[in-house]
Amino acid sequence: MGTDVLLEVEDVWLHRPGAEVLRGVNLTVRCGEVHALLGLNGSGKTSLALTLMGAGGYRPERGRILFDGQDITGLSVTERARLGLTLAWQEPARFEGLPTADYLALGMREPSRERIEEALTAVALSPAAYLSRIVNSALSGGERKRIELAAVYAMQPRLAILDEPDSGVDVLCIGDIMALIRRMGSEGTSVLLITHRDEMAGVADTASLICGGAVIDTGTPAEVREYFAQRCRPHGDLLGNQPWGAEAGGTYQRVVAEGVCSE
Amino acid sequence: MNSVLPAGARSSILEQRDPGWARDFEAILRAYEQAGGKPDALQTPRVASAVISGNRVLAVNLVAGVNIEAEELENGVRARIVVAPGTKVDYPVHLCFGMIPSEGLQEIISEFDIGEGAEVGFLAHCTFPNAVDLKHVMDARIHVRRGATMRYSEAHYHGSVGGIEVLPTTHAQIDEAGQLESEFSLVHGRVGRLEIQFEVDVAARGTVELVAKAYGSAGDQIRVDEVVRLNGEGARGLTRTRAAVRDRATSEVYTTAEGNAPGAVGHMDCTEIVRGEAMARNVPVVVVRDDRARVTHEAAIGSVSKKELETLMARGLDEDAAVDIIIRGMLA
Repeated sequence: MGTDVLLEVEDVWLHRPGAEVLRGVNLTVRCGEVHALLGLNGSGKTSLALTLMGAGGYRPERGRILFDGQDITGLSVTERARLGLTLAWQEPARFEGLPTADYLALGMREPSRERIEEALTAVALSPAAYLSRIVNSALSGGERKRIELAAVYAMQPRLAILDEPDSGVDVLCIGDIMALIRRMGSEGTSVLLITHRDEMAGVADTASLICGGAVIDTGTPAEVREYFAQRCRPHGDLLGNQPWGAEAGGTYQRVVAEGVCSE
Repeated sequence: MNSVLPAGARSSILEQRDPGWARDFEAILRAYEQAGGKPDALQTPRVASAVISGNRVLAVNLVAGVNIEAEELENGVRARIVVAPGTKVDYPVHLCFGMIPSEGLQEIISEFDIGEGAEVGFLAHCTFPNAVDLKHVMDARIHVRRGATMRYSEAHYHGSVGGIEVLPTTHAQIDEAGQLESEFSLVHGRVGRLEIQFEVDVAARGTVELVAKAYGSAGDQIRVDEVVRLNGEGARGLTRTRAAVRDRATSEVYTTAEGNAPGAVGHMDCTEIVRGEAMARNVPVVVVRDDRARVTHEAAIGSVSKKELETLMARGLDEDAAVDIIIRGMLA
Protein backbone atom coordinates (compact mmCIF):
# COMPACT_ATOMS: atom_id res chain seq x y z
CA MET A 1 0.00 0.00 0.00
CA GLY A 2 1.31 3.40 -0.96
CA THR A 3 1.15 6.49 1.21
CA ASP A 4 0.42 9.12 -1.42
CA VAL A 5 -3.07 10.53 -1.36
CA LEU A 6 -5.10 9.72 -4.49
CA LEU A 7 -8.58 10.91 -3.49
CA GLU A 8 -9.35 13.65 -1.04
CA VAL A 9 -12.93 14.61 -0.23
CA GLU A 10 -13.15 17.90 1.64
CA ASP A 11 -16.30 18.98 3.45
CA VAL A 12 -18.72 17.84 0.73
CA TRP A 13 -22.38 18.73 1.15
CA LEU A 14 -25.10 17.46 -1.15
CA HIS A 15 -28.77 18.32 -1.15
CA ARG A 16 -31.25 16.04 -2.90
CA PRO A 17 -34.99 16.68 -3.14
CA GLY A 18 -36.38 16.29 0.33
CA ALA A 19 -33.14 15.76 2.21
CA GLU A 20 -29.59 16.86 2.90
CA VAL A 21 -27.91 13.54 2.07
CA LEU A 22 -24.25 14.47 2.51
CA ARG A 23 -23.34 16.72 5.41
CA GLY A 24 -19.70 17.67 5.26
CA VAL A 25 -18.05 14.43 4.14
CA ASN A 26 -14.29 14.22 4.62
CA LEU A 27 -12.49 11.16 3.28
CA THR A 28 -9.01 10.24 2.08
CA VAL A 29 -8.06 7.28 -0.12
CA ARG A 30 -4.39 6.58 -0.69
CA CYS A 31 -2.69 5.12 -3.75
CA GLY A 32 -2.98 1.34 -3.89
CA GLU A 33 -5.26 1.27 -0.85
CA VAL A 34 -8.44 -0.76 -0.45
CA HIS A 35 -10.62 1.52 1.63
CA ALA A 36 -13.91 0.21 2.94
CA LEU A 37 -16.77 2.64 3.54
CA LEU A 38 -19.23 1.09 5.94
CA GLY A 39 -22.67 2.38 6.68
CA LEU A 40 -26.27 1.40 7.15
CA ASN A 41 -28.81 1.62 4.38
CA GLY A 42 -29.61 5.25 3.73
CA SER A 43 -26.49 6.60 5.43
CA GLY A 44 -25.28 8.31 2.23
CA LYS A 45 -22.91 5.68 0.77
CA THR A 46 -24.37 5.53 -2.73
CA SER A 47 -24.96 9.29 -2.81
CA LEU A 48 -21.28 9.77 -2.05
CA ALA A 49 -20.31 7.27 -4.79
CA LEU A 50 -22.42 9.10 -7.36
CA THR A 51 -21.08 12.45 -6.19
CA LEU A 52 -17.50 11.26 -6.56
CA MET A 53 -18.29 10.00 -10.09
CA GLY A 54 -19.99 13.28 -11.05
CA ALA A 55 -23.36 11.74 -11.89
CA GLY A 56 -26.17 14.07 -12.94
CA GLY A 57 -28.04 15.49 -9.94
CA TYR A 58 -25.13 14.77 -7.61
CA ARG A 59 -23.11 17.99 -7.79
CA PRO A 60 -22.21 19.14 -4.27
CA GLU A 61 -23.31 22.54 -2.99
CA ARG A 62 -20.22 22.87 -0.90
CA GLY A 63 -16.80 21.31 -0.59
CA ARG A 64 -14.45 19.89 -3.17
CA ILE A 65 -13.11 16.62 -4.47
CA LEU A 66 -9.42 16.29 -5.28
CA PHE A 67 -8.10 13.45 -7.43
CA ASP A 68 -4.33 13.13 -7.49
CA GLY A 69 -4.18 16.74 -6.35
CA GLN A 70 -6.50 18.02 -9.11
CA ASP A 71 -9.85 19.57 -8.23
CA ILE A 72 -12.38 17.44 -10.14
CA THR A 73 -15.51 18.82 -8.46
CA GLY A 74 -16.70 20.48 -11.67
CA LEU A 75 -15.62 17.76 -14.12
CA SER A 76 -18.00 15.55 -16.09
CA VAL A 77 -18.28 11.79 -15.64
CA THR A 78 -16.24 11.26 -18.79
CA GLU A 79 -13.49 13.62 -17.68
CA ARG A 80 -13.22 11.90 -14.32
CA ALA A 81 -13.13 8.48 -16.00
CA ARG A 82 -10.34 9.61 -18.29
CA LEU A 83 -8.33 10.63 -15.23
CA GLY A 84 -8.69 7.05 -14.00
CA LEU A 85 -11.75 7.14 -11.75
CA THR A 86 -14.65 4.77 -12.31
CA LEU A 87 -17.66 3.32 -10.57
CA ALA A 88 -19.31 -0.09 -10.43
CA TRP A 89 -23.00 0.74 -9.83
CA GLN A 90 -24.90 -0.95 -7.06
CA GLU A 91 -27.60 -1.88 -9.58
CA PRO A 92 -25.84 -2.23 -12.93
CA ALA A 93 -27.45 -0.92 -16.12
CA ARG A 94 -28.77 -3.18 -18.86
CA PHE A 95 -27.64 -2.76 -22.43
CA GLU A 96 -29.77 -4.14 -25.25
CA GLY A 97 -27.71 -5.56 -28.09
CA LEU A 98 -24.33 -5.09 -26.40
CA PRO A 99 -22.33 -8.32 -26.00
CA THR A 100 -20.34 -8.80 -22.81
CA ALA A 101 -17.00 -8.82 -24.65
CA ASP A 102 -17.74 -5.46 -26.28
CA TYR A 103 -18.96 -4.03 -22.98
CA LEU A 104 -15.72 -4.98 -21.25
CA ALA A 105 -13.63 -3.66 -24.14
CA LEU A 106 -15.26 -0.20 -24.01
CA GLY A 107 -13.21 1.02 -21.06
CA MET A 108 -9.93 -0.66 -21.93
CA ARG A 109 -7.08 1.46 -23.24
CA GLU A 110 -5.82 -1.44 -25.35
CA PRO A 111 -8.59 -4.03 -25.62
CA SER A 112 -7.38 -7.59 -25.84
CA ARG A 113 -9.17 -10.90 -25.79
CA GLU A 114 -6.79 -12.20 -23.11
CA ARG A 115 -7.55 -9.34 -20.74
CA ILE A 116 -11.31 -9.68 -21.28
CA GLU A 117 -11.18 -13.42 -20.57
CA GLU A 118 -8.97 -12.83 -17.54
CA ALA A 119 -11.48 -10.31 -16.16
CA LEU A 120 -14.43 -12.67 -16.61
CA THR A 121 -12.52 -15.51 -15.02
CA ALA A 122 -11.70 -13.24 -12.06
CA VAL A 123 -15.41 -12.93 -11.29
CA ALA A 124 -15.95 -16.68 -11.75
CA LEU A 125 -17.72 -16.39 -15.11
CA SER A 126 -16.71 -18.72 -17.93
CA PRO A 127 -15.49 -16.68 -20.92
CA ALA A 128 -16.78 -19.34 -23.31
CA ALA A 129 -20.26 -18.99 -21.88
CA TYR A 130 -20.40 -15.22 -21.43
CA LEU A 131 -18.31 -13.43 -24.07
CA SER A 132 -21.19 -13.21 -26.51
CA ARG A 133 -24.03 -12.91 -23.98
CA ILE A 134 -25.92 -9.64 -24.21
CA VAL A 135 -25.75 -7.45 -21.08
CA ASN A 136 -29.53 -7.19 -20.82
CA SER A 137 -32.37 -8.55 -18.74
CA ALA A 138 -31.70 -12.08 -19.96
CA LEU A 139 -28.87 -12.10 -17.42
CA SER A 140 -29.67 -12.34 -13.75
CA GLY A 141 -28.91 -9.41 -11.46
CA GLY A 142 -25.98 -11.32 -9.98
CA GLU A 143 -24.52 -12.09 -13.41
CA ARG A 144 -24.76 -8.43 -14.45
CA LYS A 145 -23.16 -7.45 -11.18
CA ARG A 146 -20.19 -9.72 -11.83
CA ILE A 147 -19.89 -8.51 -15.42
CA GLU A 148 -19.89 -4.93 -14.13
CA LEU A 149 -17.04 -5.78 -11.76
CA ALA A 150 -15.19 -7.53 -14.58
CA ALA A 151 -15.58 -4.40 -16.73
CA VAL A 152 -14.10 -2.23 -14.00
CA TYR A 153 -11.23 -4.68 -13.47
CA ALA A 154 -10.53 -4.87 -17.22
CA MET A 155 -10.37 -1.08 -17.35
CA GLN A 156 -7.46 -0.95 -14.88
CA PRO A 157 -8.54 2.37 -13.36
CA ARG A 158 -6.51 4.26 -10.78
CA LEU A 159 -9.49 4.33 -8.41
CA ALA A 160 -12.46 1.96 -8.57
CA ILE A 161 -15.51 2.82 -6.51
CA LEU A 162 -17.37 -0.44 -5.95
CA ASP A 163 -20.88 0.15 -4.64
CA GLU A 164 -22.06 -2.93 -2.75
CA PRO A 165 -20.13 -5.37 -4.99
CA ASP A 166 -21.51 -8.37 -3.13
CA SER A 167 -25.20 -7.49 -3.34
CA GLY A 168 -27.18 -9.89 -5.49
CA VAL A 169 -24.17 -12.17 -5.93
CA ASP A 170 -24.64 -15.76 -4.79
CA VAL A 171 -22.85 -16.82 -1.63
CA LEU A 172 -20.47 -19.15 -3.44
CA CYS A 173 -19.00 -16.21 -5.36
CA ILE A 174 -18.47 -13.82 -2.47
CA GLY A 175 -14.97 -15.24 -1.96
CA ASP A 176 -14.14 -14.60 -5.63
CA ILE A 177 -15.34 -11.01 -5.33
CA MET A 178 -13.25 -10.44 -2.21
CA ALA A 179 -10.21 -11.99 -3.93
CA LEU A 180 -10.74 -9.71 -6.93
CA ILE A 181 -10.81 -6.64 -4.71
CA ARG A 182 -7.52 -7.66 -3.10
CA ARG A 183 -6.08 -8.38 -6.54
CA MET A 184 -7.06 -4.92 -7.79
CA GLY A 185 -5.30 -3.39 -4.83
CA SER A 186 -2.17 -5.42 -5.39
CA GLU A 187 -2.14 -4.49 -9.08
CA GLY A 188 -2.13 -0.78 -8.30
CA THR A 189 -5.82 0.09 -8.44
CA SER A 190 -7.08 1.87 -5.36
CA VAL A 191 -10.52 0.68 -4.30
CA LEU A 192 -13.24 2.51 -2.41
CA LEU A 193 -15.34 -0.43 -1.28
CA ILE A 194 -18.83 0.61 -0.28
CA THR A 195 -20.71 -1.89 1.80
CA HIS A 196 -23.15 -2.32 4.63
CA ARG A 197 -21.73 -5.76 5.50
CA ASP A 198 -18.89 -5.53 7.97
CA GLU A 199 -17.50 -8.93 6.78
CA MET A 200 -16.68 -7.39 3.40
CA ALA A 201 -14.52 -4.80 5.11
CA GLY A 202 -12.15 -7.62 6.04
CA VAL A 203 -10.41 -7.25 2.66
CA ALA A 204 -9.66 -3.57 3.24
CA ASP A 205 -6.49 -1.84 4.39
CA THR A 206 -8.44 1.03 5.92
CA ALA A 207 -12.08 1.58 6.77
CA SER A 208 -14.35 4.53 7.38
CA LEU A 209 -17.81 4.72 8.81
CA ILE A 210 -20.49 6.93 7.30
CA CYS A 211 -23.56 7.86 9.28
CA GLY A 212 -26.18 10.48 8.63
CA GLY A 213 -24.33 11.77 5.57
CA ALA A 214 -20.98 12.28 7.29
CA VAL A 215 -17.88 10.16 7.83
CA ILE A 216 -17.70 9.78 11.58
CA ASP A 217 -14.72 7.48 11.99
CA THR A 218 -11.70 6.17 10.08
CA GLY A 219 -9.29 3.53 11.26
CA THR A 220 -8.25 -0.04 10.80
CA PRO A 221 -10.95 -2.34 9.42
CA ALA A 222 -11.02 -4.21 12.73
CA GLU A 223 -11.68 -1.05 14.72
CA VAL A 224 -14.33 0.27 12.39
CA ARG A 225 -16.01 -3.11 11.98
CA GLU A 226 -16.17 -3.46 15.72
CA TYR A 227 -17.74 -0.03 16.09
CA PHE A 228 -20.14 -0.77 13.24
CA ALA A 229 -21.18 -4.15 14.60
CA GLN A 230 -21.63 -2.94 18.16
CA ARG A 231 -23.16 0.48 17.68
CA CYS A 232 -24.60 0.85 14.16
CA ARG A 233 -26.29 -2.48 13.51
CA PRO A 234 -28.74 -2.11 16.37
CA HIS A 235 -29.80 1.20 14.87
CA GLY A 236 -30.46 -0.62 11.58
CA ASP A 237 -33.07 -2.62 13.45
CA LEU A 238 -34.53 0.59 14.83
CA LEU A 239 -34.56 2.16 11.38
CA GLY A 240 -36.05 -0.91 9.78
CA ASN A 241 -33.67 -0.34 6.83
CA GLN A 242 -35.71 2.60 5.67
CA PRO A 243 -34.19 5.32 3.58
CA TRP A 244 -33.59 8.24 5.85
CA GLY A 245 -34.70 11.78 5.18
CA ALA A 246 -38.02 13.53 5.16
CA GLU A 247 -39.81 10.60 3.56
CA ALA A 248 -38.59 8.26 6.31
CA GLY A 249 -40.36 10.22 8.98
CA GLY A 250 -37.17 11.59 10.42
CA THR A 251 -36.29 8.38 12.27
CA TYR A 252 -32.67 8.54 11.20
CA GLN A 253 -32.35 12.18 12.13
CA ARG A 254 -33.77 11.32 15.50
CA VAL A 255 -31.09 8.65 16.02
CA VAL A 256 -28.38 11.08 14.99
CA ALA A 257 -29.89 13.96 16.95
CA GLU A 258 -30.06 11.84 20.07
CA GLY A 259 -26.31 11.52 19.79
CA VAL A 260 -26.16 7.74 19.92
CA CYS A 261 -23.65 7.54 17.05
CA SER A 262 -21.39 10.25 18.31
CA GLU A 263 -21.00 8.95 21.82
CA MET B 1 -39.43 -11.75 -69.15
CA ASN B 2 -36.09 -13.47 -68.58
CA SER B 3 -36.13 -17.18 -68.98
CA VAL B 4 -36.55 -19.23 -65.85
CA LEU B 5 -33.36 -21.16 -65.41
CA PRO B 6 -33.22 -24.82 -64.44
CA ALA B 7 -32.49 -25.58 -60.81
CA GLY B 8 -28.81 -25.24 -59.93
CA ALA B 9 -27.91 -23.46 -63.15
CA ARG B 10 -26.14 -20.12 -63.25
CA SER B 11 -27.42 -17.43 -65.54
CA SER B 12 -25.45 -17.50 -68.75
CA ILE B 13 -27.48 -14.98 -70.69
CA LEU B 14 -26.65 -12.30 -68.19
CA GLU B 15 -22.93 -12.64 -68.73
CA GLN B 16 -23.36 -12.25 -72.48
CA ARG B 17 -24.92 -8.84 -72.07
CA ASP B 18 -23.41 -5.53 -73.02
CA PRO B 19 -19.85 -4.78 -71.99
CA GLY B 20 -21.10 -2.54 -69.21
CA TRP B 21 -22.50 -5.53 -67.35
CA ALA B 22 -19.30 -6.36 -65.48
CA ARG B 23 -18.83 -2.74 -64.43
CA ASP B 24 -22.43 -2.45 -63.19
CA PHE B 25 -22.25 -5.79 -61.45
CA GLU B 26 -19.04 -4.84 -59.66
CA ALA B 27 -20.49 -1.46 -58.62
CA ILE B 28 -23.65 -2.96 -57.16
CA LEU B 29 -21.62 -5.60 -55.32
CA ARG B 30 -19.53 -2.87 -53.69
CA ALA B 31 -22.71 -1.06 -52.68
CA TYR B 32 -24.20 -4.34 -51.48
CA GLU B 33 -21.24 -4.78 -49.17
CA GLN B 34 -21.77 -1.24 -47.79
CA ALA B 35 -25.31 -2.27 -46.92
CA GLY B 36 -23.98 -5.19 -44.90
CA GLY B 37 -24.27 -7.89 -47.55
CA LYS B 38 -21.66 -10.50 -48.34
CA PRO B 39 -20.87 -10.33 -52.07
CA ASP B 40 -19.46 -13.86 -52.13
CA ALA B 41 -22.92 -15.21 -51.36
CA LEU B 42 -24.22 -13.68 -54.59
CA GLN B 43 -21.71 -15.69 -56.58
CA THR B 44 -22.08 -19.04 -54.86
CA PRO B 45 -23.97 -21.64 -56.92
CA ARG B 46 -25.60 -23.26 -53.90
CA VAL B 47 -27.22 -19.97 -52.83
CA ALA B 48 -30.29 -18.76 -54.72
CA SER B 49 -29.96 -15.07 -55.49
CA ALA B 50 -31.02 -12.14 -57.62
CA VAL B 51 -29.11 -8.93 -58.28
CA ILE B 52 -31.08 -5.94 -59.54
CA SER B 53 -29.61 -2.52 -60.28
CA GLY B 54 -32.03 0.17 -61.35
CA ASN B 55 -34.26 -1.57 -63.87
CA ARG B 56 -31.66 -4.15 -64.85
CA VAL B 57 -31.54 -7.73 -63.70
CA LEU B 58 -27.81 -8.29 -63.48
CA ALA B 59 -27.81 -11.86 -62.17
CA VAL B 60 -30.14 -14.60 -61.06
CA ASN B 61 -29.09 -17.88 -59.52
CA LEU B 62 -31.49 -20.68 -58.74
CA VAL B 63 -31.36 -23.74 -56.53
CA ALA B 64 -33.62 -26.77 -56.37
CA GLY B 65 -37.14 -25.79 -55.37
CA VAL B 66 -36.61 -22.02 -55.69
CA ASN B 67 -37.72 -20.27 -58.85
CA ILE B 68 -37.10 -16.59 -59.55
CA GLU B 69 -38.62 -14.93 -62.59
CA ALA B 70 -37.58 -11.34 -63.19
CA GLU B 71 -38.92 -8.95 -65.77
CA GLU B 72 -37.37 -5.59 -66.54
CA LEU B 73 -39.80 -2.65 -66.53
CA GLU B 74 -39.32 0.96 -67.59
CA ASN B 75 -38.42 2.10 -64.07
CA GLY B 76 -37.74 -1.09 -62.23
CA VAL B 77 -38.28 -4.80 -62.08
CA ARG B 78 -41.15 -7.20 -61.52
CA ALA B 79 -40.08 -10.39 -59.76
CA ARG B 80 -41.94 -13.55 -58.90
CA ILE B 81 -40.32 -15.88 -56.40
CA VAL B 82 -41.82 -19.30 -55.92
CA VAL B 83 -40.70 -21.88 -53.40
CA ALA B 84 -42.03 -25.33 -54.21
CA PRO B 85 -44.19 -27.14 -51.62
CA GLY B 86 -42.21 -29.08 -49.04
CA THR B 87 -38.88 -27.50 -50.00
CA LYS B 88 -36.45 -26.83 -47.15
CA VAL B 89 -34.03 -24.28 -48.54
CA ASP B 90 -30.60 -24.76 -46.91
CA TYR B 91 -29.23 -21.26 -47.41
CA PRO B 92 -31.17 -18.00 -47.35
CA VAL B 93 -32.09 -16.63 -50.73
CA HIS B 94 -29.97 -13.50 -51.24
CA LEU B 95 -31.58 -10.51 -52.89
CA CYS B 96 -29.70 -7.36 -53.84
CA PHE B 97 -31.67 -4.29 -54.94
CA GLY B 98 -30.10 -0.93 -55.55
CA MET B 99 -29.25 2.02 -57.72
CA ILE B 100 -25.82 3.46 -58.24
CA PRO B 101 -26.89 6.80 -59.85
CA SER B 102 -27.68 9.71 -57.57
CA GLU B 103 -31.11 10.41 -59.10
CA GLY B 104 -33.99 8.41 -60.47
CA LEU B 105 -36.81 6.04 -59.68
CA GLN B 106 -36.73 2.36 -58.95
CA GLU B 107 -39.95 0.36 -58.63
CA ILE B 108 -39.74 -3.22 -57.46
CA ILE B 109 -42.93 -5.21 -57.79
CA SER B 110 -42.53 -8.57 -56.19
CA GLU B 111 -44.55 -11.63 -55.43
CA PHE B 112 -43.49 -14.33 -53.00
CA ASP B 113 -45.31 -17.65 -53.09
CA ILE B 114 -44.12 -20.02 -50.38
CA GLY B 115 -45.54 -23.47 -51.03
CA GLU B 116 -47.27 -25.66 -48.49
CA GLY B 117 -44.85 -26.93 -45.83
CA ALA B 118 -41.83 -25.15 -47.34
CA GLU B 119 -39.18 -23.42 -45.22
CA VAL B 120 -37.14 -20.58 -46.61
CA GLY B 121 -35.22 -17.53 -45.50
CA PHE B 122 -34.46 -14.37 -47.47
CA LEU B 123 -31.66 -11.88 -46.92
CA ALA B 124 -32.38 -8.71 -48.86
CA HIS B 125 -30.07 -5.72 -49.04
CA CYS B 126 -31.20 -2.48 -50.63
CA THR B 127 -28.43 -0.04 -51.34
CA PHE B 128 -28.47 3.50 -52.69
CA PRO B 129 -25.00 4.75 -51.76
CA ASN B 130 -25.07 7.92 -53.87
CA ALA B 131 -28.70 8.96 -53.43
CA VAL B 132 -29.33 12.70 -53.81
CA ASP B 133 -32.77 12.77 -55.42
CA LEU B 134 -33.97 9.21 -55.67
CA LYS B 135 -37.18 7.28 -55.07
CA HIS B 136 -37.38 3.57 -54.33
CA VAL B 137 -40.86 2.06 -54.36
CA MET B 138 -41.50 -1.54 -53.38
CA ASP B 139 -44.81 -3.28 -53.74
CA ALA B 140 -44.74 -6.81 -52.40
CA ARG B 141 -47.34 -9.55 -52.19
CA ILE B 142 -46.52 -12.46 -49.90
CA HIS B 143 -48.42 -15.71 -49.65
CA VAL B 144 -47.23 -18.15 -47.02
CA ARG B 145 -49.20 -21.30 -47.60
CA ARG B 146 -50.37 -23.88 -45.11
CA GLY B 147 -47.63 -24.96 -42.70
CA ALA B 148 -44.93 -23.01 -44.53
CA THR B 149 -42.30 -20.80 -42.91
CA MET B 150 -40.80 -17.65 -44.41
CA ARG B 151 -38.15 -15.53 -42.75
CA TYR B 152 -37.42 -12.27 -44.51
CA SER B 153 -34.72 -9.83 -43.44
CA GLU B 154 -34.16 -6.58 -45.32
CA ALA B 155 -31.32 -4.16 -44.58
CA HIS B 156 -31.00 -0.75 -46.23
CA TYR B 157 -28.12 1.61 -46.85
CA HIS B 158 -28.96 5.04 -48.25
CA GLY B 159 -25.64 6.89 -48.25
CA SER B 160 -24.85 10.06 -46.32
CA VAL B 161 -26.94 12.73 -48.06
CA GLY B 162 -30.47 11.66 -47.23
CA GLY B 163 -31.91 12.60 -50.59
CA ILE B 164 -34.02 9.51 -50.94
CA GLU B 165 -37.59 8.37 -50.50
CA VAL B 166 -38.14 4.72 -49.70
CA LEU B 167 -41.73 3.54 -49.85
CA PRO B 168 -42.16 -0.19 -49.25
CA THR B 169 -45.70 -1.59 -49.20
CA THR B 170 -46.43 -5.20 -48.36
CA HIS B 171 -49.61 -7.25 -48.28
CA ALA B 172 -49.17 -10.67 -46.75
CA GLN B 173 -51.46 -13.62 -46.36
CA ILE B 174 -50.56 -16.40 -43.98
CA ASP B 175 -52.52 -19.61 -44.32
CA GLU B 176 -53.26 -22.10 -41.56
CA ALA B 177 -50.19 -22.85 -39.39
CA GLY B 178 -48.00 -20.74 -41.63
CA GLN B 179 -45.25 -18.54 -40.19
CA LEU B 180 -43.85 -15.24 -41.35
CA GLU B 181 -41.00 -13.36 -39.72
CA SER B 182 -40.14 -10.08 -41.37
CA GLU B 183 -37.42 -7.67 -40.28
CA PHE B 184 -36.65 -4.27 -41.80
CA SER B 185 -33.49 -2.45 -40.77
CA LEU B 186 -32.13 0.98 -41.69
CA VAL B 187 -29.55 1.88 -39.09
CA HIS B 188 -26.52 3.04 -41.05
CA GLY B 189 -26.19 6.21 -43.07
CA ARG B 190 -29.09 8.59 -43.60
CA VAL B 191 -32.74 7.55 -43.83
CA GLY B 192 -34.16 10.31 -46.00
CA ARG B 193 -37.91 9.72 -46.09
CA LEU B 194 -39.07 6.25 -45.19
CA GLU B 195 -42.66 5.04 -45.19
CA ILE B 196 -43.25 1.40 -44.41
CA GLN B 197 -46.73 -0.01 -44.91
CA PHE B 198 -47.35 -3.59 -43.98
CA GLU B 199 -50.71 -5.38 -43.82
CA VAL B 200 -51.02 -9.01 -42.95
CA ASP B 201 -53.91 -11.44 -42.55
CA VAL B 202 -53.25 -14.50 -40.42
CA ALA B 203 -55.31 -17.67 -40.56
CA ALA B 204 -55.79 -20.28 -37.83
CA ARG B 205 -52.64 -21.15 -35.86
CA GLY B 206 -50.60 -18.94 -38.15
CA THR B 207 -47.98 -16.61 -36.70
CA VAL B 208 -46.45 -13.36 -37.79
CA GLU B 209 -43.63 -11.27 -36.35
CA LEU B 210 -42.89 -7.87 -37.85
CA VAL B 211 -39.75 -6.06 -36.76
CA ALA B 212 -38.78 -2.59 -37.95
CA LYS B 213 -35.63 -0.71 -36.89
CA ALA B 214 -34.53 2.71 -38.07
CA TYR B 215 -32.11 5.44 -36.96
CA GLY B 216 -32.89 8.91 -38.29
CA SER B 217 -30.85 12.09 -38.10
CA ALA B 218 -30.87 15.64 -39.54
CA GLY B 219 -34.25 16.06 -41.29
CA ASP B 220 -34.99 12.36 -41.82
CA GLN B 221 -38.61 11.21 -41.67
CA ILE B 222 -39.60 7.74 -40.55
CA ARG B 223 -43.15 6.45 -40.68
CA VAL B 224 -44.25 2.91 -39.99
CA ASP B 225 -47.85 1.77 -40.58
CA GLU B 226 -48.57 -1.83 -39.71
CA VAL B 227 -51.86 -3.69 -39.57
CA VAL B 228 -52.02 -7.24 -38.26
CA ARG B 229 -55.34 -9.05 -38.57
CA LEU B 230 -55.47 -12.23 -36.54
CA ASN B 231 -58.42 -13.83 -38.27
CA GLY B 232 -58.08 -17.50 -37.45
CA GLU B 233 -58.41 -19.43 -34.23
CA GLY B 234 -55.14 -19.39 -32.29
CA ALA B 235 -53.46 -16.95 -34.67
CA ARG B 236 -50.58 -15.01 -33.13
CA GLY B 237 -48.97 -11.74 -34.05
CA LEU B 238 -46.18 -9.54 -32.72
CA THR B 239 -44.96 -6.20 -33.96
CA ARG B 240 -41.71 -4.85 -32.60
CA THR B 241 -40.57 -1.38 -33.60
CA ARG B 242 -37.32 0.24 -32.55
CA ALA B 243 -36.59 3.74 -33.76
CA ALA B 244 -34.12 6.40 -32.72
CA VAL B 245 -34.20 9.96 -33.98
CA ARG B 246 -31.94 12.91 -33.32
CA ASP B 247 -31.44 16.46 -34.63
CA ARG B 248 -34.75 17.37 -36.34
CA ALA B 249 -35.69 13.88 -37.49
CA THR B 250 -39.16 12.46 -36.92
CA SER B 251 -40.44 8.97 -36.21
CA GLU B 252 -44.11 8.05 -36.34
CA VAL B 253 -45.25 4.53 -35.67
CA TYR B 254 -48.87 3.51 -36.21
CA THR B 255 -49.69 -0.10 -35.45
CA THR B 256 -53.02 -1.86 -35.44
CA ALA B 257 -53.61 -5.37 -34.20
CA GLU B 258 -56.97 -7.06 -34.53
CA GLY B 259 -57.98 -10.13 -32.55
CA ASN B 260 -60.80 -11.49 -34.64
CA ALA B 261 -61.00 -15.14 -33.57
CA PRO B 262 -60.98 -17.33 -30.46
CA GLY B 263 -57.52 -17.69 -28.93
CA ALA B 264 -55.94 -15.06 -31.14
CA VAL B 265 -53.08 -13.32 -29.33
CA GLY B 266 -51.44 -10.12 -30.49
CA HIS B 267 -48.88 -7.79 -29.00
CA MET B 268 -47.38 -4.51 -30.18
CA ASP B 269 -44.09 -3.34 -28.71
CA CYS B 270 -42.61 0.03 -29.64
CA THR B 271 -39.53 1.78 -28.27
CA GLU B 272 -38.40 5.13 -29.62
CA ILE B 273 -35.44 7.20 -28.47
CA VAL B 274 -35.48 10.93 -29.02
CA ARG B 275 -32.51 13.32 -28.91
CA GLY B 276 -32.15 17.00 -29.68
CA GLU B 277 -35.14 18.56 -31.45
CA ALA B 278 -36.36 15.27 -32.87
CA MET B 279 -39.96 14.08 -32.50
CA ALA B 280 -41.36 10.59 -31.99
CA ARG B 281 -44.96 9.42 -31.95
CA ASN B 282 -46.52 6.02 -31.38
CA VAL B 283 -50.19 5.32 -31.97
CA PRO B 284 -51.23 1.75 -31.22
CA VAL B 285 -54.74 0.66 -32.11
CA VAL B 286 -56.19 -2.43 -30.50
CA VAL B 287 -59.27 -4.07 -32.01
CA VAL B 288 -60.84 -7.19 -30.54
CA ARG B 289 -63.87 -8.84 -32.12
CA ASP B 290 -63.92 -12.05 -30.09
CA ASP B 291 -64.04 -12.21 -26.30
CA ARG B 292 -61.55 -15.08 -26.31
CA ALA B 293 -58.90 -13.03 -28.13
CA ARG B 294 -56.30 -10.89 -26.41
CA VAL B 295 -54.29 -8.00 -27.82
CA THR B 296 -51.81 -5.91 -25.82
CA HIS B 297 -49.38 -3.12 -26.47
CA GLU B 298 -46.46 -1.41 -24.79
CA ALA B 299 -44.62 1.71 -25.82
CA ALA B 300 -41.74 3.72 -24.45
CA ILE B 301 -40.60 7.01 -25.90
CA GLY B 302 -37.90 9.14 -24.39
CA SER B 303 -34.25 9.84 -24.09
CA VAL B 304 -31.62 7.22 -23.40
CA SER B 305 -31.48 5.90 -19.86
CA LYS B 306 -29.39 8.14 -17.62
CA LYS B 307 -27.86 5.16 -15.87
CA GLU B 308 -26.86 3.48 -19.14
CA LEU B 309 -25.38 6.74 -20.35
CA GLU B 310 -23.40 7.44 -17.18
CA THR B 311 -22.18 3.85 -16.96
CA LEU B 312 -20.59 4.14 -20.38
CA MET B 313 -19.26 7.62 -19.59
CA ALA B 314 -17.68 6.16 -16.45
CA ARG B 315 -15.71 3.92 -18.82
CA GLY B 316 -14.31 7.02 -20.51
CA LEU B 317 -16.69 7.45 -23.45
CA ASP B 318 -17.93 10.94 -24.25
CA GLU B 319 -21.68 11.51 -24.23
CA ASP B 320 -22.21 11.31 -27.99
CA ALA B 321 -20.27 8.06 -28.30
CA ALA B 322 -22.16 6.58 -25.35
CA VAL B 323 -25.53 7.55 -26.85
CA ASP B 324 -24.53 6.02 -30.16
CA ILE B 325 -23.60 2.72 -28.52
CA ILE B 326 -26.87 2.60 -26.61
CA ILE B 327 -28.93 3.36 -29.72
CA ARG B 328 -27.04 0.94 -31.95
CA GLY B 329 -27.44 -1.73 -29.28
CA MET B 330 -31.18 -1.16 -29.21
CA LEU B 331 -31.28 -1.40 -33.00
CA ALA B 332 -28.97 -4.43 -33.23
